[in-house]
Parts: sequence; structure tokens; C-alpha cells
Amino acid sequence: MASANYPEAEFDELQRRLIILRVGLLLVVALLGLRLWHLQIREGPYYRDLSENNRTRLVLLEPARGLIYDRHGVLLANNVPSFSLYVTLEDVKDREGLIQKLTDLLGLDPALIRKKLAGKGSKLLPRKIKDRMTLRDATVIESHRLDLPGVMVQVESQRNYPGGVTAAHLLGYVGEVSADQLEKPEFADLHQGSVVGQYGVEKSYDRHVRGAAGQKSVEVDALGHEKKTAVVEKPQAGNDLYLTIDIRLQKVAEELLGEEFGAIVALDPTNGDVLAMASRPAFDPNVLSRELTPKQWVEIVQDEGRPLNNRASQGQYPPGSTFKVPMAVAALETNTMSPSSTVHCNGGYQFGRRRYRDWKAGGHGSVNLHTALVHSCDVYFYTVGQRMGIEVMADFGKDFGLGQGTGVELPSERSGIMPSSAWKQKAKNEPWLPGETISAAIGQGYVTVTPLQMASLIGTVANNGVNYRPRLVQAVMDRTTGNLQELPAVPRGKVKAKPDTFRVIKEALADVVNVGTATRAKSSLVTIGGKTGTAQVTALRTGPEKDIPKKFRDHAWFIAFAPVESPKIAVVVLAEHMGHGGSAAAPLAKEVIETYIKLAPQVPLVTSDSSKTGHARRSMGQS
Amino acid sequence: MIDRLTDNRGLDSFDLRYLGLILAILGIGVFSIHSVTHAQQGGIAPYYLKQLVWIFLGAVAFVVMWVSDYHRIARLAYPAYMLVLLMLTFVLLEGRTSKGAQRWIALGPFSFQPSEFAKLVLILVLAHYYSKAPRVGWLQRVIVPGMLMLPGLVLILKQPDLGSGLSFVAVYAAMLLMVGVRSQALGVILLFSVMLFPFVWEGVWGSLHDYQRQRIMAFVDSDYDPSGKGYHALQSRIAIGSGELIGKGLYGGTQSQLKFLPEGHTDFVFAVYAEEWGFLGVLILLVLFVALIWLSLEIASKAKDELGALLAVGIVAMLCFCVVVNIGMTAGMFPIVGIPLPLVSYGGSATVMTMASLGLLLNVKRRRLSLFY
Repeated sequence: MASANYPEAEFDELQRRLIILRVGLLLVVALLGLRLWHLQIREGPYYRDLSENNRTRLVLLEPARGLIYDRHGVLLANNVPSFSLYVTLEDVKDREGLIQKLTDLLGLDPALIRKKLAGKGSKLLPRKIKDRMTLRDATVIESHRLDLPGVMVQVESQRNYPGGVTAAHLLGYVGEVSADQLEKPEFADLHQGSVVGQYGVEKSYDRHVRGAAGQKSVEVDALGHEKKTAVVEKPQAGNDLYLTIDIRLQKVAEELLGEEFGAIVALDPTNGDVLAMASRPAFDPNVLSRELTPKQWVEIVQDEGRPLNNRASQGQYPPGSTFKVPMAVAALETNTMSPSSTVHCNGGYQFGRRRYRDWKAGGHGSVNLHTALVHSCDVYFYTVGQRMGIEVMADFGKDFGLGQGTGVELPSERSGIMPSSAWKQKAKNEPWLPGETISAAIGQGYVTVTPLQMASLIGTVANNGVNYRPRLVQAVMDRTTGNLQELPAVPRGKVKAKPDTFRVIKEALADVVNVGTATRAKSSLVTIGGKTGTAQVTALRTGPEKDIPKKFRDHAWFIAFAPVESPKIAVVVLAEHMGHGGSAAAPLAKEVIETYIKLAPQVPLVTSDSSKTGHARRSMGQS
Repeated sequence: MIDRLTDNRGLDSFDLRYLGLILAILGIGVFSIHSVTHAQQGGIAPYYLKQLVWIFLGAVAFVVMWVSDYHRIARLAYPAYMLVLLMLTFVLLEGRTSKGAQRWIALGPFSFQPSEFAKLVLILVLAHYYSKAPRVGWLQRVIVPGMLMLPGLVLILKQPDLGSGLSFVAVYAAMLLMVGVRSQALGVILLFSVMLFPFVWEGVWGSLHDYQRQRIMAFVDSDYDPSGKGYHALQSRIAIGSGELIGKGLYGGTQSQLKFLPEGHTDFVFAVYAEEWGFLGVLILLVLFVALIWLSLEIASKAKDELGALLAVGIVAMLCFCVVVNIGMTAGMFPIVGIPLPLVSYGGSATVMTMASLGLLLNVKRRRLSLFY
């Protein structure tokens, strides 16, 4: 009965149409199969790569920076654990939402986060957003982990300077490698967020201390949560540095400067070791190694005392009368003067229409080289300068390393100026004036030097003309092999002079302290030779010293060495705006020298049996 | 008494190949669901166990639909359709919301989707209509069945559930092409254009501006990928493509195991399977589906009466449509609409409904012998 509704013709038609349906089905399935073949076979490897990238992240393992010790193994810089916050952009779906959450949870500056996330680089690499998080903040992040895809807290080592401001300029500080630095070849193996030395030895020895980053491969899920980790490459710790400074001497030098601005440098003249290098005002490298807000930076950079300036190697001052030391060497060597030849000083020197005054209004009477140095007679050296001429002066100045960097391994060392007529033509496009030779003869005018240059200079005199490059690092310990590599002293040429010349001058410098302008440096412990200097800040000098505003007062110099018989230490003190070298600088130099002598006999720096292990030396230094 | 005779011979009509294909596809589904969900679940009953329960319920529905006379079932079409429309209305007013769309009715611990059952009921309604109605003129051939379909379609699109809505239209279109349209040439053209439309779609879709697409998608379906960034589509393509020839192995699919692939156990279960079993596995699944559909078309062509043939055609059309569109969308050929892969995707309503449909299909085969009386 049902078949009554089912006309034969329509049934046949249905049959035919079903065949078409079958053909259609096969066609469509073939298209699907083709598409899947294309996806899985032809483009399979491409999608396989994409799926690998989806799930694995390479996370860099930051290396521990090498430690820094003083010459006796006292720890100056180490690493402490700290929490850092990282964000992997690949896992972040809603960037602004995340920034908002982080701002709410940690009180971070949203603009700063945005800037950090906007940097160049792979989206797969985690970017450091904040370091030195508190334990509380780290806990807050961990407990909100599920709401914060792509966010991760890592325990890292953070640079730490136990001594705070002590030796700040020497040690320097560390910071994240900047975008500009990353462009340079020496930072090629670094990445955004890497920590590099940005100042001081941390910077100049960065490639030793830096170490090499390792990698771990982290399998993450779609929310960026870690599932499995495997270390691909272990980080390699940086090498340890043993500096030449004696931290005890360094502290004394810094305390001597106190709140005043200035620099103290102490060298071992026999090998160039920098025993102390103090510069004031200073900064706390712990603070600068941290993430600074722009406001904090502005405060530091705009500080009138310019605490980031290492006055020892970057401060350029007229040497004043300390310049008479190389002048004296030149006078004897060029036979401009003999030790016994005399000049009459009546308190001034007439040249052309101008009278160049001696600091002592009445004059020193008849002076030879010895008395000229002891009492710092200006007229004697005006005469010497006038007779020698600026070119000879410049030659000798250069022999003593003036007008050029000492080569100390500190960033941005300044070279000062040792003028000559060629220099003036080049720098000012003006001819040299004869009167300028007379100013230069007593270390005024165009002559400028750094305290470090003067330390090297007086050390060279003390060492009878043999000069070494000032050095800061005496040994590097390789963390992986445990080998202690000693760095040799670097000779830096010799001032050629008759043996008598240095003897005569050193005798005179000893008498400067005994009976001359620097009697306040006289020590009961040790014989000290030295030369005072007073560098004019301004030519406008009216009235007594105490009435002049401090910023126009003269800089006080004292350059010294001790013991006179066989010099072990060369010291330079520069006290800004403190007036006369004899009163303001000489006593400080005496303190430094006495401290050093009292600290002796020193434990020998590196003995053959301790060179095998750095640890033995370390414990020795701390005992 | 002849009736009794054919009924006894009905058991012989039971086709083991048919059952084997269904079980094989169901098995692939359970394994894939287990693979993608075993790593990510907490205390609740695992999805694959729940799916096994659904399959058991589906088996019951399968047997019920198989043993009862499909003529009797077809007579219930209109009352069933009324019930479905009521349920769809109820869902809109009271239903459980999931991902921004109201599709579910909660019944104690279970919840079900009336829209799934609406598809089967629509097949019954249309088959019943065409087998009974005198078919003269466009009105009775095309317009009236269209009016029958319309209320259900509107209610489903209102949820919104684009996938079920499209299957609804597909069933109607299949019926139309089989018996509704008289001209064979027109039928062929319509059939091919419907089947090939999805493949052309990508070209049409691709020529639109982003904002246009977003507007269209927001209009028809707010469910998938509202940000318009193609995250689902990309992750799905990566999953399938990275399976390469032999796949990453069971539980080895990183895309799904690590949750990069959303909806891995439901609409995107094919991508999970393709990632873990590779192109070879995909070919096997395609062959299984083609074989199942082939057998179903066989049943349609050998049906004893028009009602049976139309029921079979409707069920096959729905099956084909779901398989092609689901695989096509996971493979990035079509835009993503929420259509599960029949017998494979996790989901109670869809599994039970598909198995009931297949039971009905077997019923049609069983009854074809009654031609002899």
C-alpha cells in the first residue's frame, strides 16, 4: 500500500540522483584528502616547526659574575640571589591587560613596563621587567600565576658591593646592556636584559667577569606555564679578579677626603700597582646597579658634585707648582741649569710689559735648584721656562706621560693637556705667545693634568725614571679551570736622565717635607719626599683666601713618595678648593703613607703554592 | 502473517560491516577524547568515560530506532517537531548558557541540546511530508517544506548556533534535490554548487575586509574567534600539519596536550587525531567515513518505499555535511562554524542523535524486504 505513493518514474529518478550524490561525495572527499595531504605532507615540516616553537621556550640562564677581591683577597663585589620578573610576549594575549595587572599587583610604572615590552628581539625570549623584587612581590606573582600568562619569576644573582661606596669609582657598577651596546661586536653574545659592567673595573674587565650565559629549554603550555625543563647548556661563571688596591688603604684615603671634593691616588712606583684610588664625592654602586627611575638618574647626573666623575682619572686640573718637578728634571738634563747655578728672586719676573709675580711677595733671594724646589720659588722656574722654551718643556712633559692617558684600565680616562705651539695652533688656531711659556713653567695656563698622571709622574721620579703603566688588576682566576693568571707589570718607557739628576731632585723633594713648603707632611715613621702645588682656579684674586667664595678658591696639590731611600709608594692628593697644597693636601698624603708603612710587612701577593687555588687566598685575606 | 515473516528475517538484514564501521569510528573518537583530555582534567569524571556512557545511551537509541517500524516513527514526526520547537523556545528563554550561546536544557546532572535532536526530527518531518503530499507545483515541492523548516531554523540561529542551522538547511537542500526539484539538470547544478560552495567560500571570504568579516561573523555567530585573529584556525592547522605522515603518536600531540588547540575534544577533535596519527591515520578515518556513507547510500537506493529512501537520503546528507564541514574547517578550508565531527567529537546529544539516525537507517534496510508482500 505504501508503494502506491511511490511512482515508478520518480523512483528511477531518485536512483539516478543518488549516483550523482555518490560522485559528488567522492569528489568532495578527494578535495579534503588533497587539502590534508598539502597540510601534512607538503607543509608538514613547516607546521612541525611551528608546533615546536609553540611549546618550547629557550630560557637564558644568566651566568654568575666573577667576584672581585682586593690585593689581599678581601671581597669587594659578589652576587646575592634576587627575584626577577620576566614576561614572554609570545604567551601574552592581552598586553595592556597584563600591564594593568602588574601595575595593580606590584605598583610598577605602566609606562616603564610598556617600554620594556616594546624592545626589539624575539617574542619567544622572556624579557626582564623588574629585578630585585621583594620576596613579597615574588610571592604575589606566583600566587596569581594562573591570571598572568607569560609571566615568570626567576631567581637570579644580583651584583652586590659589600663595601657600599668604598672604592665605588674603581669597582664601577653593572647594569643592563643598552640597545646601543648591543649593536657593538663585543656584546654580540649578549641579549636584552644581560648585565654588563657599565663603569670602572666592572666595565673595563667585563669580558673577564661576565661569564657566558647558559640555556634551558622549557616546555610550556598555551598559557605559558612551565611543564618540563631541561638544561641545554650550563651557564659559565665569570672569572674572579684580584685588584691591586689594598682596601684598608683605600678606606683611609676616602676617609681623609671626607666630605671634601678631590682625589687621592697611591701607586707602587716599582710596578705601577694602584694601591688606592679615592675620588669624592662618590656614589653607591649597589644603587646604580639597580633599575633606576629616570628621576633618580637625573638627580645623579645633575648633582653639582658630579659623583659619577672619577676625579683621579677624569678630573683635569692645572698642576700648579707640582709641575716644577718635571721642570727641574728638564732644567738639569738640558743643562739649562746646573745644580749649583743660581737665579736671583726679588718677588717677580719682568717679561715684556708684564711682571710675573712670585707667590712670596718679597722674593726668595738667590736660589739654586734645591732651594727653588724646597721653597717653590716661581721666579727660578720662570727663568728656566723662559730659557728652555715651550717645545723642550712639552717634550719632557710627554716623557713623563703628561698630555696623554696613563693607559689605566678604567673607562674614559682623560689625558690632560701638555701644551706646545703645535698644540695651540691645532686646538685654538692661534700662535703660541712667549708669555704663555712663563705661565706654563709653574704649571698654570694651558697645562692640565689628572691626579693619576701626577701619581705616575712622581712615581717615575721616585723610581729613577722607570715608569710603569698604572694597573688595577694583578690576577684573574679562571672559574672553570681554577687557574690563577697573574698579570705582569707593564713597563711604559723610561725618562732618560743622568743618574745624578734624580738624586738631586729627590734630595730637594725630601727637604720640601723637612724644611720647605710641606713640613706638615713630615713623618716620624718614614722619610717622605714631595712637592706642594696650588692650582689657581681663577686669575681674579682679590683679598685674603678666606674671603673668596669656595668655588673660586685654589685647588691644593701634594705629590709625594716614600721612603725617600727606596720608594715603595707614590701618593698624590688633590683637594678641590682647599687652598694651599702645603696645608690642605700634604697632611693627607702623610696619613696615607704612614698607613701604608704601618700595614707592611705585607703578605706577599701571590706565592707559588697559593697560586693553584684561589680559595686559599680568599680565606687568607679574610682572616 | 507476511508481516511476521519479514520481521523475522529482519535480523538477518543486520549488517556487520555497518556495525563494524560505526564502532571503529566511535573507537577513534574515544581514544582521541581520552588523549586530549587525560592531561588536563581535575576531579570530574573523565570525558572519555562520559563519552562511553553517551555511546551506551546512543546504542539504546540505535536499537530502538532499528526495531520499531519506521512508518510508525514517521507518523510521530509532526508531534515530535512541535515538541522540539517548544524545547528550542524554552532553551532561548531559560536555557543554560555556554560560551555566550544558549543551547542547553539541564536535566538533573545531564544537559542536552534540543538543536541536535531537531535535525533528526526535521529529516522525519520532511520525509514524511514528501512521501504523503501530492507533489504538484513549486508551492508543494519547495515552499511548503521550506515553511516547515523555517521555525526550527530561526529558533536555532537565534541561540545562536550557526553550525546546527547550516545542517538544518543542508538537510532541507538534500531533500529538495532528491525529490523536490523536478528538473534533473537543475538538481545536479544545485547539488554540486551546494557541495562545492564551502571550497569557493574561502575565496569569497578572503576578498572581504577584516571589519566586514568581523561584522558578518558577529552577526551570524558570536561564538568563535570574536577577536578575528584566527587563533583557533591557526592552532588547528598547526596541529594537523605538524602530524606529518605518521603523526606524533597517541598522547604525543603537543598542540592538544599543551592546550594550544582549543576545543580539542569537541569540534576540533579531528585536529587532535590528525596530529597524533598523521596523514595515514587521516586516510583511514576518511575511508571509514566514506565506507559508512557508501553503505548508507546503498540503503537509500534499495529502500522499499519513498519514505524509507527519503529518510536514508536525509540522514546521509546530514552525515556527509557534518563530516565535510567539520574536517574542512579544522583544516582551514572553511570559516569556523560549530559543527562536531559525527561519532568522534565529544558530546552527548550529538552522539545519541547520530546513533539514533544510523539505527533508523538500518531500519530502512530491514524493511526493504517487505516489498515482497
